[in-house]
Amino acid sequence: MIAIIDYGVGNLFSLKSSFAHIGEEAVVTSDRKVLSEASGIILPGVGAFADAISKLNDSGMGEALKDELRKGKPAMGICLGMQLLFDESLEYGRYEGLKLIPGTVRSINDVTDGSLKIPHMGWNALHIVKEDCPVLKYTKEGDHVYFVHSYFADDCAPYVTSTAEYGVSITASVQKDNLFGCQFHPEKSGEVGLKILKAFCELG
Amino acid sequence: MITKRIIPCLDVKDGRVVKGVNFEKLGDVASPVELAQYYSSCGADELVFYDITASAEGRKLFTDILTETASKVFIPLTVGGGINTVADFDRVLKCGADKVSVNSGAIRNPDLVGEAAKIYGDQCVVISADVKRVDGVFRVFAKGGRENTGMEAVSWIKRCVDNGAGEVVLNSIDTDGVKKGFDLEMLDAVCNAVSVPVIASGGAGCIDDFITLFKSLPKVDAGLAASIFHFGEVKISDLKKKMAENGIPARL
Repeated sequence: MIAIIDYGVGNLFSLKSSFAHIGEEAVVTSDRKVLSEASGIILPGVGAFADAISKLNDSGMGEALKDELRKGKPAMGICLGMQLLFDESLEYGRYEGLKLIPGTVRSINDVTDGSLKIPHMGWNALHIVKEDCPVLKYTKEGDHVYFVHSYFADDCAPYVTSTAEYGVSITASVQKDNLFGCQFHPEKSGEVGLKILKAFCELG
Repeated sequence: MITKRIIPCLDVKDGRVVKGVNFEKLGDVASPVELAQYYSSCGADELVFYDITASAEGRKLFTDILTETASKVFIPLTVGGGINTVADFDRVLKCGADKVSVNSGAIRNPDLVGEAAKIYGDQCVVISADVKRVDGVFRVFAKGGRENTGMEAVSWIKRCVDNGAGEVVLNSIDTDGVKKGFDLEMLDAVCNAVSVPVIASGGAGCIDDFITLFKSLPKVDAGLAASIFHFGEVKISDLKKKMAENGIPARL
């Protein structure tokens, strides 16, 4: 069973449906007990970093996630959920993240020439940096996935498993031990995305 | 590089897909859920569900169909039709929509775009405009293209984007249903005025119309059509292949 952390941010309907579609039970929860019983944990997220990190910390789910990671359980952050895993974000100020992966989340606009449309929205091709990343085991170089974001994880090169080109090399996915992250939305990326979720489920 | 998106639009009435020619003469096509699954499997990049029912029963049928589609189709879904309040955003987002398109609702209440963008984010709010030339001026039409609002279209769209709309669907009434190509002149005017993605709608009759669109207006992000996809006149897989052959970034 996969636990999808509910901390009052975003719409979890598609995420839950996509696990059901690949035959994996998924429970949307804010209960520590369910997290400890799960075979894998998903940290979702949409919206602004500051609001999300404060809700995650206030709900106690940030600490609960860390406890499960220490036990070796696989977990994956998606979109803003991935950004929350890093040291800090510069979105509308400077905010501390969960500090689970070294790196800084910054605006795409700050590092590009301003000619690109922001958010980076649509289907982009993946360049796979680490072939041995287990959640990318069914993913091929050039597979397209769906992105919607204006900020990206930077200064995290040792942990980057794939990138996408959008004026700058965008961190598309990361791994640090049993912790994973996708900047794109696997639950909105058709068959390619479903296979990434399937590979994640197989770790549990 | 971001690919150019191909978006089939499903006009849904009483649980069925319909498509009008110049917004009239509605004909029955197929089950929206089946059609959505079919399109997803052959390479559609996104789907638009447009609710053209007016009754409460029709609305309930629509949200049931949306929920069923969102639990079976895993590409972005945009919903439009009957979106007049923030509560309407809430209703369709809970059924699995990713983006919500407003048209007449924003004309009636220009604050709607800003209010929704503040709650759900700019990326969630799409401004859809039905536009027609009247005495050489682009005018915004309301009520499914039946009523001239008198507003100049480019400034209206720009105002909505300034208020937080993250994407524009520009539907040319002049070219809609005519199948002789997209309204390049109208699209060019809008693309030059806004910096968010613009989706071209109205007028596609064959694969070459999409090629011409993306070749002559590289700023256009996506092409939307309905009947030519529903009746198989254009197969999305063939269209994507042709785009790639012409050097247009496409997701194959």
